[in-house]
Amino acid sequence: MKGDRLFRIVLWIVAGLFSAMMVFMLASLLKESLPSIKAFGMHFLYGKEWNPVVDKFGLLPFLVGTLITSVLALIISVPFAMSIALFLGMFSKGGFWPKILGYGTDLLAGIPSVIYGFWALFFLVPIVRNFEMKAGIVPYGVGIFTASVVLAIMIIPYISSISKEVIKLVPRDLIEAGLALGATDLEVAKDVVLPYCRSGIVAGILLGFGRALGETMAVTMVIGNSNSLPKSLFAPANTMASVIANEFTEATTTLHLSSLIQIGLWLFILNAIVNVIGMLIIKKMEVK
Amino acid sequence: MKKLIYALFFGLFSLSFVTGTSMAGSKELTGAGATFPYPLYSRIFSEYYRAHGVKVNYQAIGSGGGIRQLMAKIVDFGASDAYVDDNGLKKFSAPIVHIPMTAGAVVLSYNLPGNPKLKLTPSIISGIFLGKITRWDDPEIAKANPDIKLPKLNILVIHRSDGSGTTFIFSDYLSKISNEWQKKVGRGKALKWPVGLGAKGNAGVAGMIKQIPGAIGYVELIYALNNHMSYAAVQNRSGNFIEPSINSVSAAADIELPDDMRVSLTDTSAEQGYPIAGFTWVLVYKDLKNGGLSKDKAQELINLLWWMTHQGQRYASPLHYAPLSKVAQRKAEAIIRSIVYNGRPLDINPGY
Amino acid sequence: MRDNTGIRLLKDRVFKSIIIIFSFAVIIPLGLILFGIVKNGISAINWDLFTKLPTPPGEAGGGILNSIVGSLILILIAVLLSVPFGIMLGIFLSENKGRFADVLGILVNTLQGVPSIVIGIVAYLWVVKPLGGFSALSGGIALGIMMLPIVIKSTEETLKLIPFSLKEAALGLGASYVRTMFKVVLPAGFSGILSGILLGIARIAGETAPLLFTAFGNPYLNLNIFKPVDSLPLVIFNYSMSPYDDWHRIAWGASFVLVVMVLVLNIIARLRIWRNMS
Repeated sequence: MKGDRLFRIVLWIVAGLFSAMMVFMLASLLKESLPSIKAFGMHFLYGKEWNPVVDKFGLLPFLVGTLITSVLALIISVPFAMSIALFLGMFSKGGFWPKILGYGTDLLAGIPSVIYGFWALFFLVPIVRNFEMKAGIVPYGVGIFTASVVLAIMIIPYISSISKEVIKLVPRDLIEAGLALGATDLEVAKDVVLPYCRSGIVAGILLGFGRALGETMAVTMVIGNSNSLPKSLFAPANTMASVIANEFTEATTTLHLSSLIQIGLWLFILNAIVNVIGMLIIKKMEVK
Repeated sequence: MKKLIYALFFGLFSLSFVTGTSMAGSKELTGAGATFPYPLYSRIFSEYYRAHGVKVNYQAIGSGGGIRQLMAKIVDFGASDAYVDDNGLKKFSAPIVHIPMTAGAVVLSYNLPGNPKLKLTPSIISGIFLGKITRWDDPEIAKANPDIKLPKLNILVIHRSDGSGTTFIFSDYLSKISNEWQKKVGRGKALKWPVGLGAKGNAGVAGMIKQIPGAIGYVELIYALNNHMSYAAVQNRSGNFIEPSINSVSAAADIELPDDMRVSLTDTSAEQGYPIAGFTWVLVYKDLKNGGLSKDKAQELINLLWWMTHQGQRYASPLHYAPLSKVAQRKAEAIIRSIVYNGRPLDINPGY
Repeated sequence: MRDNTGIRLLKDRVFKSIIIIFSFAVIIPLGLILFGIVKNGISAINWDLFTKLPTPPGEAGGGILNSIVGSLILILIAVLLSVPFGIMLGIFLSENKGRFADVLGILVNTLQGVPSIVIGIVAYLWVVKPLGGFSALSGGIALGIMMLPIVIKSTEETLKLIPFSLKEAALGLGASYVRTMFKVVLPAGFSGILSGILLGIARIAGETAPLLFTAFGNPYLNLNIFKPVDSLPLVIFNYSMSPYDDWHRIAWGASFVLVVMVLVLNIIARLRIWRNMS
């Protein structure tokens, strides 16, 4: 039928357009990064200096800042996220409290990033500053640690919801069999559930990591915006995303702007890799 | 149901589009740049809208951003606290002019128990910002402030994280008073800071200082006054400790001015002048057609510029900005008159 | 043997308690955030907040009418762009198998992972620069691109859940493919797709990063999509970083409005999903 053909053609065109858009996205970022790629080459990646006065730009401080905050956020969030996933995915049999918990994590995921930042600025920062004063550290209040805590709260719902879904994929028979054999819940969780869905949970954590890598506003507001290599966990720093947010509208020289876009390019690539790997692992699990 | 939703969306969209395009003819100018004069500009533009119905959308994104957005012709005018140097001028596709709007002071503001009034010498200031003086009870600070009991606190330096004319004025000053600063860091709108942490905008720095005991940073005078923050008297070239104020800034500007008004006021030779001060400028293309403006918009802009340098000046003092001196105003008039559209002069309406 | 069992049961107990404690600990920050926003926000809520424009610093009063309207315009543009394309791509992915569909699936996931700030850069390069000015359109496009993967995925997943027999029945009755899709399959998945759209709106309504250099901000009320507009997240960001107490108050008020909006959207969407499943 004519309408059918047309409809299918339109679908293919839209699909083609979407693919083209993604390719163009990468191409635009690449093209605008060229001046900086030409000027610094590979040195951009391990250059320690970010100095707009002399037009010298290196990514390393921000790469380090990004990785430290994201990894620290994961370390903080994983125990909480896994607890929620096990509780909702395995133990709970419905009822009031699990529902509240489910709602709560959904809401946590729904709160906008800028509000996390705003809240952290007025609530978390003073607490951290007090702690730093007592500990005898320079009491910035803002810095890597504060940013990591905010990030951790933000990614808990992501990791927990994916892990919960993965845990639910474990055949009920396996769990029942374990329990019937006299194993405790702990033993079933440890020896049956977790081994069964290890790769899926890894994927969930990976996706949470990806989310932390690219998170911008909340981090920008509490990380302290310092462009040198961080010296401690409490020092102010900058992440790849936050330095773009800070400097993009203000950059005057072409090289400065192009270096910022190159950071965006790497952020794009880094996130694409993390996300695609995570998704592929989950797809594989679902097929199994 | 779904059709209904679509129809609703479409209706709303076309409505907003129609009203939007019909309003496109209404008078509107877009500018971006310095945060230093933002409070004054937002006052002036709000009064100007009341008087003439022209909306001026000014976003304080930093001087660096103002210059670049003007270069990209994305805004109608830029604003900066740092003049564009000869090298920078070459990067523009067409000549631009600097119109001075006001002069302001960059003050050293701090958060110390009891809010003492500190006196700072050039060597203390450079020492703190180079990271050599790290404690408030440092002997050098104590020597300059014998009457004040200094707290045993670490000094926390707060600086701007974004490109900024305020940073330019401050680093221009530091470069003039300290050879080491000149060599190690230099002057610029964004720097590689030896110490400290960054905050976005004058407002961000002021907010950060207010939050952290022992912090010191540099902000525009009005931000310190509005927020009841303490700031220091600074020793100038003649050896006098000068408090930042409208008068001491006007005094600093009482020097020989060039015709294009691109001049630095830091480390002034004036005896009663506050040494960390500077003009702030609005930047426009000399031929406004090169800036991508229509003829009507160009005329609007000229009217606005004239108003800002004349009628608008009365809003400066109440907000602690130094109004233009007669000499500076005369020079600004000449610059505005030199602006053309497609090679032809525009109307000047002094009484507008 | 008996001792061993005791220890095992004890371990189990401890383990379960830890799980429960850790799980519900997460409610604490949520409670604190909501409490902070309600406590500080409620006092800022008044008629002026919704009907007035912002005042220059130092002048008391003022509201956020410009940013509320701006946010609505941005969301509208984003929805108009992402919903039709997103649904079509969702149909494509649910109907097609093969290498191209796999690649497309990966691209959708990639887009979902692209940080919002990078999408902001792209919108700046694609829209702001060529048009020669900041605009609501550029901000709406940035948000639309962000919303696209959410709509695509919810459509794809909803359509995959619809029983194949339904489609077969329609086709068997002689309905054309287009007719089957639009009259049978899509209506059956309507609720699921709508939930996806609502969640997408909830997500982009709070996005700030891509708006910094696209929608730009505007202290006046503006309905023209080719001019800059303000938005709720922008006003929260700008005002919360300022040192003026008046502006902090407005930032809290704006946060309250935004959170209520986002949470209501979330709850409606979840209710629809649950109703759909039961």
